[in-house]
Amino acid sequence: MSILVDKNTRLIVQGITGNEGLFHTTQMVAYGTNVVGGVTPGKGGEWVLDGKLPVFDSVKMAKDATDANATIIFVPARFAPDAMYEAADAGIPLIICITEGVAVQDMMRVRNYLDQKKVRLVGPNCPGLLTPGEAKVGIIPGDIAISGNVGVVSRSGTLTYEVLYAMKNLGMGASTCVGIGGDPVNGTNFTDVLQMFEHDPRTEKVIMIGEIGGNEEEKAAEYISLKMTKPVASFIAGLTAPPGKRMGHAGAIIEGGAGTAADKIKALEAAGVKVAKHPEEIPTLLM
Amino acid sequence: MKLHEYQSKTIFSKYGIPIPKGRVAATAQEAKQIADELGGRVVIKAQVLVGGRGKAGGVKLAKDSTEAEQLAAQILGMDIKGLPVRKVLVDEASAIDQEIYFSITNDRAAKKPVMIASAAGGVEIEEVAAKTPEKIVKVHIDPLLGLREYQARDVAVAIDLPRDYWKEFVKIAMSLWQVYSATDAILAEINPLVITKDKKLIALDGKMMIDDNALFRQPDLAEMRDTDEDAPSEIEARRFGLSFIKLEGNIGCMVNGAGLAMTSMDVIKLFGGEPANFLDVGGGAGAEKVAAAMRIILTDPNVKAVLFNIFGGITRCDEVARGILTAMDEVKPKVPMIVRLVGTNAEEGRRLLENANMITAETLADAAKKSVAAAKKGK
Repeated sequence: MSILVDKNTRLIVQGITGNEGLFHTTQMVAYGTNVVGGVTPGKGGEWVLDGKLPVFDSVKMAKDATDANATIIFVPARFAPDAMYEAADAGIPLIICITEGVAVQDMMRVRNYLDQKKVRLVGPNCPGLLTPGEAKVGIIPGDIAISGNVGVVSRSGTLTYEVLYAMKNLGMGASTCVGIGGDPVNGTNFTDVLQMFEHDPRTEKVIMIGEIGGNEEEKAAEYISLKMTKPVASFIAGLTAPPGKRMGHAGAIIEGGAGTAADKIKALEAAGVKVAKHPEEIPTLLM
Repeated sequence: MKLHEYQSKTIFSKYGIPIPKGRVAATAQEAKQIADELGGRVVIKAQVLVGGRGKAGGVKLAKDSTEAEQLAAQILGMDIKGLPVRKVLVDEASAIDQEIYFSITNDRAAKKPVMIASAAGGVEIEEVAAKTPEKIVKVHIDPLLGLREYQARDVAVAIDLPRDYWKEFVKIAMSLWQVYSATDAILAEINPLVITKDKKLIALDGKMMIDDNALFRQPDLAEMRDTDEDAPSEIEARRFGLSFIKLEGNIGCMVNGAGLAMTSMDVIKLFGGEPANFLDVGGGAGAEKVAAAMRIILTDPNVKAVLFNIFGGITRCDEVARGILTAMDEVKPKVPMIVRLVGTNAEEGRRLLENANMITAETLADAAKKSVAAAKKGK
């Protein structure tokens, strides 16, 4: 077992013929992910990866032909909201949106629409999911993680790789790694994923990687102290970030003094979470 | 992106929100002329993108156009929190009965826009929010449905607005929602919205922030950007799509990914160093972008060492290595460079940099320690 994606995932790729889409589809297929096709409007009927994967004009057509149960989105930011609506309307229950830079008002509408349709969204602006040995749905380099019993959830991209790599170097494997993305309004949040890990029989320990901005880490701390039986270790990025400055992620902005790294670390420690001083130290806290 | 008060109020007015008569001036003479047109009694307001203008002496009441000229001259020579005042807004003075706080912004936790109002508006609103949160009314707006008139009416009732003003208040609320939606705002704020002695509602002050991610469909707003408050290096970085913030330390950082970039700064500090900047080259950065990033970092004379921490994913390490080589050819850096490449095409990247005379590191902690040591030696 694992969460969200595994051997039974039947994945389509929205934006499969674009640069990023094609590059990462190749990587995902090489990893062993069950990619069943892709979508690029206007390119239906074409094939990619040496004729291995069919391209469709719409998500609906792709779903009808392949019985896909998940989609990953690689389209540019201005088209990403439409891609998410289309996937939801086609009845795909799991959407992973890698695209960075989606406008926040669009995301509020998308999120509220998807909630009504009971569709799960991971991202946007995220590295996607990796269940080592079974499925890579996203852009996390496959060779930096091994299979194991530690669930990993993170708001960051490359910082997550850093942690997976440090785990691997210590012989520690991941059950599933979930990159939830750094945008202020996104789909799945920390608490959703912690809940899934708590109920996943294969996950025995959890690593949570947060950063400044918002209050999702504080809410996660509350969930951990009230409901979680599995040990959690954490790292929060941005301890030295100057207040009021936007550090790249739309989400990583300290709003009026709230959402600082120090506050988040305090909340997590109060919930019994061990918080690392630097990312390479995190796995050692669970040994 | 922040907008100035005069820009925000011009937008408000376009959508039917009443604002005081007035215009922006860049010289004291212009201010005098505007004051004459407005009948003499005016308020002179510094246009800088920072809060607390009033307390810093950047907002003054003039009783006639001569005084307006004097005050404008005074304010135009000021620095407010490090920002030079280049423009003043000259507004007709209003006789005020009550000050209301009114805004629409994003509530990221609720994933919805929220309308916020308080009968205790004005400059102390943050204190009101902290000390007496019950005086602040919040109503969430369904982003798929938009603001409904009944919600605005509910707010009018909740802030004890006299019944005579409800109709006008609802009109202003609906207009503010239009402003917020049409401009992709993350904040559209009227503070204060005043009731004047002659029983009118007027937006006396305005503040707007626009979502940078939506500027592709807001070309008119994108042109309004005032770069006065940005360091030249930050403007240059924006041109190349880099996320860059100048800091006070001496270790330049180039990292891919915002989270890892912040973490690299944290780890440098943990091992006794001070980062000179935050720089995220972004996902999938090519050689050209990397070269631009390096030029920007090296223009800072404080920089005594540069740390490259690249964890390839969507970014390919060989592309980054090519960018570093291009930039080194061009800039001929004299400070030590510490490089750590891991992930997608890292081996190829390391091979490319073999003869580039750089210090290599295996882990982030190792890279940070070597950077701190190199920067200390370079002092």
